[in-house]
Amino acid sequence: MDAIVDVFPVLIKGVEITIKVLLASIVLGYLMAFIAGFCRLSNNVILRKITGFYVEIFRGTSLIVQLFWLYYALPILFGIEIGSDFWAGVLAISLNYGAYMSEIVRSSILSVAKGQSEAATALNMSRFQRMRLVIFPQAVRMMLPEFGNYLILMLKSTSLVSLIGMTDILYYGDILRSSDLSQAPTVYLLVLVFYFIIALPFIWLTKKMESASKKGVASQ
Amino acid sequence: MSNWSWDIFLEAFPYVLEGLGITIGLTIACYLFALVFGFIWTFVRRIPIKLIRWVLLWIMEFIRSTPPLVQLFFIYYAWPMVPGIGMTLSPFTSAVLGLGIHYSTYIGEVYRSGIDSVDKGQWEASRALNFSTGKKWTKIILPQAIPPTIPMLGNYLIIMFKEVPLASTIGVVGILQMANNFGAENWRYLEPLTIVAILFLILSYPSAILINKLERKMNRRFDKKAPTGSKPISKAEATG
Repeated sequence: MDAIVDVFPVLIKGVEITIKVLLASIVLGYLMAFIAGFCRLSNNVILRKITGFYVEIFRGTSLIVQLFWLYYALPILFGIEIGSDFWAGVLAISLNYGAYMSEIVRSSILSVAKGQSEAATALNMSRFQRMRLVIFPQAVRMMLPEFGNYLILMLKSTSLVSLIGMTDILYYGDILRSSDLSQAPTVYLLVLVFYFIIALPFIWLTKKMESASKKGVASQ
Repeated sequence: MSNWSWDIFLEAFPYVLEGLGITIGLTIACYLFALVFGFIWTFVRRIPIKLIRWVLLWIMEFIRSTPPLVQLFFIYYAWPMVPGIGMTLSPFTSAVLGLGIHYSTYIGEVYRSGIDSVDKGQWEASRALNFSTGKKWTKIILPQAIPPTIPMLGNYLIIMFKEVPLASTIGVVGILQMANNFGAENWRYLEPLTIVAILFLILSYPSAILINKLERKMNRRFDKKAPTGSKPISKAEATG
């Protein structure tokens, strides 16, 4: 028990950074997902190809490599500084998961029955109206369960930012461990519990999103 | 682009490539471990005693929702310190255990979706034919449940490959660690890290295409209903 009392207040200092990185990544990640998802459905070939290139690059390599590349390599290559490790971390996570989620956006929109768009055309709706009023509301409901899963994946990936020196929960855990190795079991177990507690609302939200997407839809 | 140097690129390439064997070996080891361990979670769901099932399912949820990186650190740094059962493990073994257990919770769900998609009549038939429990699973249910999940399982192989560089944090010398070493020795991170990214792309992109093809083929073969989890391909590609 004593060990927990020692460790707890240190770890809690990292919660703020973890949550900040997580929230920024969620907002940017979803934004990226919708932008890239729509761009891949665009009529413009160049736009489609560029977005496709972005999606394949970020899905084809691993997040930790992207993070290191943004943090160590990008500033050398172009001589630009991203500004802070915070933005390097948030950018890596949101670009990576944005790429994955853009595929969900794209496939959900494509899987809305064709008759819906034909009916909307028959009602003399413009292209934009069709998307906004008919296709998109039906597509969003299909995206929900997957989007929920990605919340938890993004939370888990925020632990990587400790590797570029950000002071998140894991960072403080590592400091405690290096000062006293015998504390390691308490420290890491507590770190895991911290992440799990942060994850609980997201697990609940995912279940909610899943049931929301099923509501009013006949099961096959 | 003035800072890019092809000389360093050519110098770093063979250096980084030396780690590729370890990266691929670790991927395969973790994957096999997860494939086997995944069955445990599948059967946990069928434990008839509610309390035990409930506890084990929360443990599974815990493993799934916490970062694999912390789990790696736990196994590598903390496990040897646990009184009684603790022991020191090599970085490679720690990585196999850590990533293997983490992804086994996902693989278990894949098996479950396969088992759930086996027609109810098959269960009833095996009961009507008086099959023993062991025979029912090995002769009737699993042979029908597993093949349709092969594309999803294949996706997890690619995911595993992309997660393996996490092991560089506990000192497994794969391509990422080789790149970091090169960077530390020569003060050049740009080229070696780019090489790592290229290697990942070269290996994972064609495999992803291959698995997509396999999936289409399988869907034609088992064209009834595909297992419930398989519809959005991207789900299985999610990384942690």
